[in-house]
Amino acid sequence: MPTATAHVPDQGGRFGPYGRRFVPETLMPALQQLDEEYARAKADVAFQEQLQGLLKTYVGRPSPLYFAERLTAQAGGARIYLKREDLNHTGAHKINNTIGQALLTLRMGKKRVIAETGAGQHGVATATACARFGLECVVYMGEEDIRRQQLNVFNMRTMGAEVRPVTSGSRTLRDAINEAMRDWMASVGDTHYIIGSVVGPHPFPMIVRDFQSVIGREARQQCLDTVGRLPDEIIACVGGGSNSAGMFYPFIEDEGVLLTGVEAGGRSNQPGDHASPLTYGQPGVLHGSFSYVLQDDDGQTLDVHSISAGLDYPGVGPEHSYWKDTGRVQYTTCNDADALATFQKMARLEGILPAIESSHAVSQAMKAAADSDPDDVILVCLSGRGDKDVNEVARLTGQEL
Amino acid sequence: MSPNTPISHTFADIKSQQHLAFMPFITAGDPDMATTLAMIGELATQGVDLIEVGFPYSDPIADGPVIQASYTRALDAGVTVAGILEAVSTLDRDQTPPLLAMVSYAIIFRHGVERFVAEAKQAGFAGFIIPDLPGDEAAECFDTVRAQGLDLVQLVAPTTPRARVREILKCCSGFVYCIAVSGTTGEREQVADALLGQLRWLREETDLPLAVGFGISKPEHVTPLKELADGVIVGSGIVRHLQRLAQRELTQDAMLQAVGELATEMVAATHSA
Repeated sequence: MPTATAHVPDQGGRFGPYGRRFVPETLMPALQQLDEEYARAKADVAFQEQLQGLLKTYVGRPSPLYFAERLTAQAGGARIYLKREDLNHTGAHKINNTIGQALLTLRMGKKRVIAETGAGQHGVATATACARFGLECVVYMGEEDIRRQQLNVFNMRTMGAEVRPVTSGSRTLRDAINEAMRDWMASVGDTHYIIGSVVGPHPFPMIVRDFQSVIGREARQQCLDTVGRLPDEIIACVGGGSNSAGMFYPFIEDEGVLLTGVEAGGRSNQPGDHASPLTYGQPGVLHGSFSYVLQDDDGQTLDVHSISAGLDYPGVGPEHSYWKDTGRVQYTTCNDADALATFQKMARLEGILPAIESSHAVSQAMKAAADSDPDDVILVCLSGRGDKDVNEVARLTGQEL
Repeated sequence: MSPNTPISHTFADIKSQQHLAFMPFITAGDPDMATTLAMIGELATQGVDLIEVGFPYSDPIADGPVIQASYTRALDAGVTVAGILEAVSTLDRDQTPPLLAMVSYAIIFRHGVERFVAEAKQAGFAGFIIPDLPGDEAAECFDTVRAQGLDLVQLVAPTTPRARVREILKCCSGFVYCIAVSGTTGEREQVADALLGQLRWLREETDLPLAVGFGISKPEHVTPLKELADGVIVGSGIVRHLQRLAQRELTQDAMLQAVGELATEMVAATHSA
């Protein structure tokens, strides 16, 4: 495959061979409408100004680029900088996308929003945006996740969202997406589906990447301002791949910058024990898109595992598959134990409780830093804060809350 | 486009008798392939015109709760593509109406389009419905299926604009699957007026037979379609009996009898002048 470019996808939603639209016909007109409306919004100065204003005064952007001095000393090599998406309103990068898509919803004249959520971060970010704009909000969430993430469920409901338990199939994020798509098929006339990651049929992977690219654009300028040059390496975790896509995209054509995505290595490299489609999967179709996926020989989606609910997904955004095949981004894994250990290191060394998702990226950064020159600069996307994970960390480390 | 396929022959026969075709849908492998073969035998005995065989898929976004639950039961029971094809190949073709494979593109892609189509033909399938392969992406599949002398059916939704229908029909043969309602498969009370309007202009766009599915489950649904459609499809209304079997509300014999009775009623409704 040729060199990766930032000029993707094409009109058919193709990132190289990946992406496209594999959805029931019922959804095609809605996707076309969204594609057209997004193109108009992108070119509309007033829309962009409104979005920038909200990102500044409501989300709290720009998020800082922070030199993690003690983490750097512990790793013993390259300087590690953290892009602090955990400091955004609602505590993660997800709100960058939900504010943008809520504005699109208003432009399309739709009154109702649906979303899927796994751990609940995207659900909270969607409920937040809907409350802000007075939109009706329904969030699909696996029955089991509702039990495990009671704080986020409470927050969503407090902001007026309806949280609908998903009891079909695997009862996880995967089935929450299935249920949201089904809802949308019956409700496309008045409803917009705010998908939470760079997955799904075109134009979703492009729209979510664009709204999340504020992360990389800011980080690029902040790095130039503080370090005086571009970083040597950028590291981000990859589940569906939205924070990493937003972080990497503005650097795609900066050839000297090494880009590293970190998948959830889980318990082992055996099927069912991890959530690393780019590392262990192969190209296939899931949730309306052609991309790397974890499937059995018959094309059935495999169950996945990760300590992190936000990375616990058998597919990945099609642009990541494109970046993998072109060699522009290298993908590796971090297992549950290393992510957990890094969560604790970050707490003790930097006074930051990172999301367990982001801990995967920080873990890889410490390894990469140790192997690098002290003059080198590594940027890590700290995609969210770890408050939501304290119950799970306490359970795994044998502590009582 | 040559209409010389088992499916087009069937529709031509039905039309010459001024009947509608009745096409039930069943899930392969729920709870096992022996039951599936027994159901196909029962439906054939009742005189149904075509049968759709659903290949269970883990993430069937086009399907409603009844069919998804059936798919999940079949997958939990270990159904595979190879197992479905092997079992179907044992059917007596002279006694079996044309079979259509309703199968996700995720499954077909994983097996390879050429290989899947060739193996399905070998097993006795006459056509394919791929609910997550819209017309825009279907060209390769369509060429492969047609090269094998079989049909690839496309779906048209209530939301599909007329200009788009023309594009979709370029990759469609056998018949057009007209989705009666926005949303997933499942039973509904009434046939929507909008559907009837859509069928009228679809008729102007194509000579292919028009079959109506999604939300069709009882003989009363057939009457308003008489002048406008060429066939009706019942899915969840049949699969509901597999659910009752799974919940032990019915024995296998009673399930087959219930399916047979529904088929009898639908055949009577579609085959009356």
